[in-house]
Amino acid sequence: MYIKYIKSEPPSDGFGNSNANDGRLLSSSPGAGTGGTATGNNKPAPGPPEEQQTLLAVLQFLKKSKLAESAEILRREAGLPEDALDPKGTDASGSGPGLAAGSGQVDGVDASSLLSRVTVSSSAAAQAPKKDSSLAACFYSLSASPDQPDVSVVLSAYSQQGDPSLYDAYYSGLKRFIESVLDCHRAELSQLFYPLFVHMYLELVYNNNESVAKAFFEKFSGDQECYYEQDLRILSSLTKKEHMKGNETLLDFRTSKFVLRISRDSYQLLKRHLQERQNNQIWNIIQEHLYIDIFDGMPRSKSQIDAMSGSLAGEARREANKAKVFYGLLKEPEIELPLDDEDEEAENEEGKPKKKKPKKDSMGSKSKKQDPNAPLQTRIPLPELKDSDKLDKIMYMKESTKRIRLGSDNLPSICFYTFLNAYQGLTAVDVTDDSSLIAGGFADSTVRVWSVTPKKLRKVKSAADLNLIDKESDDVLERIMDEKTASELKILYGHSGPVYGISFSPDRNYLLSSSEDGTIRLWSLQTFTCLVGYKGHNYPVWDTQFSPYGYYFVSGGHDRVARLWATDHYQPLRIFAGHLADITCTRFHPNSNYVATGSSDRTIRLWDVLNGNCVRIFTGHKGPIHALAFSPNGKFLASGATDGRVLLWDIGHGLMVGELKGHTDTIYSLRFSRDGEILASGSMDNTVRLWDAMKAFDDLETDDFTAATGHIHLQDNSQELLLGTYMTKSTPVLHLHFTRRNLLLAAGAYNP
Amino acid sequence: MAADREERRFAEVSRDSVKLMAESAGLELGDEVAALLAEDVCYRLREAAQSSAQFMRHAKRKKLTVDDFNKALRWSNVEAICGYGAQDAMLFRSVKEGELFFVEDRDINLIELALATNIPKGCAETMVRANVAYLDGKGNVGPQGTVPAAVQSLSDDLLKYYQQITRAILGEDPHLMKVALQDLQSNSKIAALLPYFVYVISGVKSVSHDLEQLNRLLHMVKSLVQNPYLYLGSYVRSLVSSVMYCILEPLAASINPLNDHWTLRDYAALLLSHIFWTHGDLVSGLYRQILLSLQKVLSDPVRPLCSHYGAVVGLHALGWKAVERVLFPHLPAYWANLQAVLDDYSVSNAQVKADGHKVYGAILVAVERLLKMKALSLPQPAEGCSIPLPAMYSELYSFFGDSLAVRFSTEQSFGGFSPCTPSHFRETRKEPLGHVSNPDTTRKMPQLTANLNITLRPQDQSLARSSMQRSRASSSRSGQRSIGLSRDVFPKARFTSPHSGPPTFSFVIGGRQMGRRCQGRRPFQTIFVPTPPPPVVLPRVYTHKLPVIGRVCKPLRRWTRSHYSLHLPL
Repeated sequence: MYIKYIKSEPPSDGFGNSNANDGRLLSSSPGAGTGGTATGNNKPAPGPPEEQQTLLAVLQFLKKSKLAESAEILRREAGLPEDALDPKGTDASGSGPGLAAGSGQVDGVDASSLLSRVTVSSSAAAQAPKKDSSLAACFYSLSASPDQPDVSVVLSAYSQQGDPSLYDAYYSGLKRFIESVLDCHRAELSQLFYPLFVHMYLELVYNNNESVAKAFFEKFSGDQECYYEQDLRILSSLTKKEHMKGNETLLDFRTSKFVLRISRDSYQLLKRHLQERQNNQIWNIIQEHLYIDIFDGMPRSKSQIDAMSGSLAGEARREANKAKVFYGLLKEPEIELPLDDEDEEAENEEGKPKKKKPKKDSMGSKSKKQDPNAPLQTRIPLPELKDSDKLDKIMYMKESTKRIRLGSDNLPSICFYTFLNAYQGLTAVDVTDDSSLIAGGFADSTVRVWSVTPKKLRKVKSAADLNLIDKESDDVLERIMDEKTASELKILYGHSGPVYGISFSPDRNYLLSSSEDGTIRLWSLQTFTCLVGYKGHNYPVWDTQFSPYGYYFVSGGHDRVARLWATDHYQPLRIFAGHLADITCTRFHPNSNYVATGSSDRTIRLWDVLNGNCVRIFTGHKGPIHALAFSPNGKFLASGATDGRVLLWDIGHGLMVGELKGHTDTIYSLRFSRDGEILASGSMDNTVRLWDAMKAFDDLETDDFTAATGHIHLQDNSQELLLGTYMTKSTPVLHLHFTRRNLLLAAGAYNP
Repeated sequence: MAADREERRFAEVSRDSVKLMAESAGLELGDEVAALLAEDVCYRLREAAQSSAQFMRHAKRKKLTVDDFNKALRWSNVEAICGYGAQDAMLFRSVKEGELFFVEDRDINLIELALATNIPKGCAETMVRANVAYLDGKGNVGPQGTVPAAVQSLSDDLLKYYQQITRAILGEDPHLMKVALQDLQSNSKIAALLPYFVYVISGVKSVSHDLEQLNRLLHMVKSLVQNPYLYLGSYVRSLVSSVMYCILEPLAASINPLNDHWTLRDYAALLLSHIFWTHGDLVSGLYRQILLSLQKVLSDPVRPLCSHYGAVVGLHALGWKAVERVLFPHLPAYWANLQAVLDDYSVSNAQVKADGHKVYGAILVAVERLLKMKALSLPQPAEGCSIPLPAMYSELYSFFGDSLAVRFSTEQSFGGFSPCTPSHFRETRKEPLGHVSNPDTTRKMPQLTANLNITLRPQDQSLARSSMQRSRASSSRSGQRSIGLSRDVFPKARFTSPHSGPPTFSFVIGGRQMGRRCQGRRPFQTIFVPTPPPPVVLPRVYTHKLPVIGRVCKPLRRWTRSHYSLHLPL
């Protein structure tokens, strides 16, 4: 019998080494209840005593596992006194990387219960349930493998015996009640059906009432919303207690509280009903497994609820989206633009039509103003510009003066890069920002890089040959290249599994690839060799992306965490934990301060790179999210999923602001035009669709934001916003890219 | 039952399979153990299948491969299954006696393989090709449709293919043509050739003397339209115009009466409707344009009758709504012309008259379906503009008389009668001569009067009886007036039921029901009450139980035959 994700492979990175010990260590941790005495000057004060205890427990754990540096950081950050724990193992082994453990929402709701588990049950704590608390995330990241919380403990909550034959009656009783309440409440209370159904079913299965469970499922599964179909299918295959161990979906459900948003009136109604009926079984489930986010005000309508629901663990709690996000753009460094008019005139003589006169003023003034919503320039350290970067910036600005202004009446031309003879092996595509190179990741573990300009790809000469060249000459950069190696295509070998994500560095010197083999590789595009293999995920890495400023990159994979790396560190700088299922796609915010991740749990999270906090949770998709795109101004996020819908999000307010329906299959790529007027989406249904992003966001600003409640009315205007549908020839669209002049490039493999 | 359904939601490994496998490994398993094992195996399989779907999604494929499944197995620490990585489908073979299915696993002679001289070539190098798909977002209508883009990128292979295919289709060998058409229908790599083929097809105008060639070209259209890999885009317009040419034009071939150009028109009309229903959305306003051109032909008295025939058949193929919209309002005007032709019994007119009968038949069929469809859609509130069914019926009846009424009967007594026999056609042409003295304005189809065989089916009887009982009180009025009244609606019904009944028309429509399983015609009934309740209660119910003419008992799978004008599946 095999069980998924039981720790079978020894984790290979630094933290993982503590993995074997943590059980013992934690069981001996007494919780060290020294009360909160010290507070840092502007650090968040350690709140209630139990929270502090938690921190202390962590601290002790860190010390014991000889992660002195981390312990020190934690101690400082939490503002704990230095003698909070008697320093035992201060001999720093130096294995601690600069870890600031990523965290889920910081809400500490479960902290106390968790702590008690830490002290009581060692086995449970060892693998630390992925509660949405920072503590859990911390533990989780330490264990560094996507292990499940100990199954027996997790499931034990189901062991309470109710009369199995009554479950049916309970559920149908509640159903009758909800169907009988006023319309305005019915929609809200109907949200209860799905989580209750699942938990009751699991309880029945856990208590070995297989036939009752089957009957229960048969009777009520049809009532559930259609977007839970996928989960229900998994659930329906589960009929034995033994099978519950190792089933991800189940454990996700059990370990995270399903979040419902219900108005106070509706909640009172429900509570009264359950108390009158003495319906303890249901009440217990609600208490234990559900988190009901009560709000004051008008109950929401069915469509409002449907827009936001669909994720694995219900909606986001309101407070999860309250943190301030600096979504503005960073100030561009000022580079004096050398005006070589001759150059341009020469180009004009060649007969190339010039689209527009360069407007230097507008460009300059725009970048001088400091956006109040922008983060400080130094909020996270960014690499300094090299000379070559400055040259590239100048090129960029020149190009952008020739940019075509797109709009609903001026649609972009589309150029399609078809991968021929790919035999269904193409899994990822990326194009450099200047559209000179295109790279494909393939199922046969290779990465192939093509030059799409006449300029061929050349390797740097070997060391022996390099010794021979004249280093003083002006064209030394040209001389180091080996003419003999010039070719259109370079193949990079190194991975041992399909390459699921690739990303060019902004300076075009590097290429990242993430693979099923659990590694991310950094390739040099000068030598076309592998420079670094970043290990840490241990499970397939579904996506990776460079920061728009280079140096940093983010990756996410099957182990449900996203990691932030720097190219010169072989271990991650941040670990973003909180998703309940695989992270399927990752994107950097244009200002590089935030990272967005989309997941199979049907949520999108936005993480702060600085402190690893989750600052936004977006729910509303009904299927795994496979595409994300930030608008160029950083204010909005677009996401596409297997449900064929594109959703638009306002990052500042944390709201869904649009829904674009039209695609009939998974959306694998999204991209805003350079000025953000048009959103292009590419899908498995062999079409590229263009949407009027300007209109979608404009309509919104005239609308008064019901930001306080977060309950928005989405008008169904997909058809108005759809500017065009463009068919390919049996080619799924895997990647989209707007050139600097706003020509749309699309790429995919011909799939006869 | 419910449990049964639940079981069947997934593929199951049966207990017996588990036992068999255990036996093959030399183990003896008890029933209980086997059952438990089977259940566990099923669950594990499902779990692996579910997680393998994830690998498929990330590989951006729609097809789950063995590789995906193996990856799922590997990540759950199960040994992967080797040897099934091939892209091709596995062949299952069955052993009858043992009720066993297995994948064929041939022995491979390694020595032979190693010494083989014909070393297979590696597959072609993966490459990227760029092409500007859409210029300024207008690709869907603009440059896509022009030929040049394709010309440049035409490789030698494609050119050869094009030549072979056109030669095969337009050549003599029917077998070769079949093969070529088949390939045209399923080849996924001929997008670049589409403009060429469209050009070839547009050559219909130059071969209007050759029915055979026209037919072949139409078949070519059909193959192109059915090819799922082709995006026809604006070529639809060109194809439609070629097809319309075949439907409407007075082809040179039709000068000779021996040429069966009617069949060609029927086939072209069907093709038109097929193109319209499958690709109509590619060109905006296509439907309107088609209707307009059909209407133009129909309202042009100078056009020969075969063009009119084409127009009617075309309208009919586009659906009963088209018939209602164009043909029906136009009928009174057209009728006069047709009447004139049909009433001229001079010998010199014989040929034209025969054509006229063809048109007559086509109109009749179209109108019949119009009525039937209207009757069917009656329960739903129809759009306000349409004419109420009884009024329409009475108007049409004034043109067609009993030949229309007779179409709405239920009898199967003429099971053997097939309209597609040549004798029938001869009859059609010949028969009118016998009706020389018929002064009636209504025209009857020749066979109508010949054999009326009336039997009441028991179920109809009971229906009539029950309805009779419901309104016995009101049923015994004088019959005289009511007959007159009923005549307005269904005049000249041949058969009057001996029963009296309420003011409900029990209108039995005979016809083929939709669906695959229908054996012969199955009658279904539409009972409707005339919208203004008649002032006088009708003493009788007219159930039309007239046998139908020209009906085939067996439903024809293909209706691309020459008897199109008389047979139509409902």
